[in-house]
Amino acid sequence: MKLPSPNDIVEDIEFLDDWESRYQYIIDLGKALPKLDESERQPEYKVKGCQSDVWLIDETKGDVLAFRTDSDALIVRGLLALVLAAYNEKKPEDILAFDIDAYFQSLDLENHISPTRGNGLRAIVGQIKSLASAKV
Amino acid sequence: MSLDIEAIRKQFPILAREVHNNPLVYLDNAATTQKPQVVIDALVNYYSNTNSNVHRGAHFLSDEATRQFENARSTVQKFIGAARVEEIIWTSGTTEGINIVAKAMAEQLQAGDEVVVTELEHHANLVTWQQACKKSGATLKVASIEDSGELTLEAFKAQLSENTRFTSFPHISNALGTVNPVIDMVKAVRQVAPKALVLIDGAQGVAHGDVDVQAIGCDFYAFSGHKVFGPTGIGVLWGRYEVLENWPVWLTGGEMIATVTYQDATWGKLPNRLEAGTPNIAGAIGLAAALEWFSQFDSQAVKAYEAELMSYAVAKASEIEGLRLVGNSPNKIGVFSFVIEGVHPADIGFILDRQGVAIRTGDHCAQPLMARLGVPGTARASFTLYNTKQEIDVFFNALKKAQTMLM
Repeated sequence: MKLPSPNDIVEDIEFLDDWESRYQYIIDLGKALPKLDESERQPEYKVKGCQSDVWLIDETKGDVLAFRTDSDALIVRGLLALVLAAYNEKKPEDILAFDIDAYFQSLDLENHISPTRGNGLRAIVGQIKSLASAKV
Repeated sequence: MSLDIEAIRKQFPILAREVHNNPLVYLDNAATTQKPQVVIDALVNYYSNTNSNVHRGAHFLSDEATRQFENARSTVQKFIGAARVEEIIWTSGTTEGINIVAKAMAEQLQAGDEVVVTELEHHANLVTWQQACKKSGATLKVASIEDSGELTLEAFKAQLSENTRFTSFPHISNALGTVNPVIDMVKAVRQVAPKALVLIDGAQGVAHGDVDVQAIGCDFYAFSGHKVFGPTGIGVLWGRYEVLENWPVWLTGGEMIATVTYQDATWGKLPNRLEAGTPNIAGAIGLAAALEWFSQFDSQAVKAYEAELMSYAVAKASEIEGLRLVGNSPNKIGVFSFVIEGVHPADIGFILDRQGVAIRTGDHCAQPLMARLGVPGTARASFTLYNTKQEIDVFFNALKKAQTMLM
């Protein structure tokens, strides 16, 4: 699956003017995100600090980091897609330089799906950043 | 006597709030209940007019604070039907109450002893006993429930033996709402293992009226103030006087001593010997205000109204395709726990929240129970006396929208 760029996502979401269409957009991203195989949903890939189960598998491809991720909750999968759009197949230094907070803010997600919800967004961002830090 | 629900609602300032531009529909009462104005006032009045440390009556305010604090203890005594006021021990909540008992039991239990709990336990009444058993070498026995979430007396009895030293079980299940036959369960323990002690986890039981510890016949009853319209951070451990009188002290320090030298100390009398340090004075006074407020209603009328809300919700449940109730014991109260086929509970929670409807989703701090019922978690709406049928309508409409969006 080819993820849209963060800029495209921000534009798409700004164009949608009610919460239902915004949620539907995120849900549809979630539906499109490839699933992990059942065999890949291993405890060692589980991200701690999530209310629903979230898995993250990373892989170094040349000079970029690639991520595959999954959750058993659909909206969380959509949120994970938003995160992957920003980070997947990027160089570690680009990952660290990306302003994720500004990105979430421009998606107007603070109101709808806040980082305090325990949905794992913060946890997964933290894990991706620390993987990137280890490579720099 | 019937209840004037609209008048009751008006006493809860938070119920007038909007969430995401929708009127708040608060259906997370099993997690914590909202507070009526009288409870908020009691806290504010205490800090505005009375604040002082208790039991050190060198001045007027300290006397007044002590009087209010000890009156609060009497209010609790009356509310749960305790024989003596010294049997009421202030705690931070249910969890602390259970820990006070379990920590001491861990020192007394031995290999060969048995502790009996049930499959209904939330973590507060499971991890405590599991760890006490690990530490002491005792065996933890777990009474099975039916698929409906009902605990039968037979299943409970099956785990009892002459080796039973302690049993601990919920009055009402937090995840499913099952009301346990506590009186008969205590009788069964007394018959099979007369020396065993019985603790009842009253976290949910206390908010649904009619707790009478002497009628139940248990040795301990633990509950939290915040689940019965009181403040957070205050709770009660009730214990029978003869049992508590020599119960091992769990915290040492000020307030709980009789005499102290540099090398030694002797312990004070109940209840102070189990309440080291400056207590949560405001919390105790706030909790008493909550119990007095709640006691003004006829407990049968409260139960009948809660049952009416429940049957209304259960009847509406058939409108949602694929909805399955988790926990459908005929004896259940306050909790509407469910799953919808093909939809994750967390997703339901997100979309309900966006519509102003507050529910809980997840494992309800009862992971082994969820595993037993074969679900990763549930969505749980929990009702109390200020909820209305109209709110249940809003909840179901929000649920229909969630289902449409997620399928």
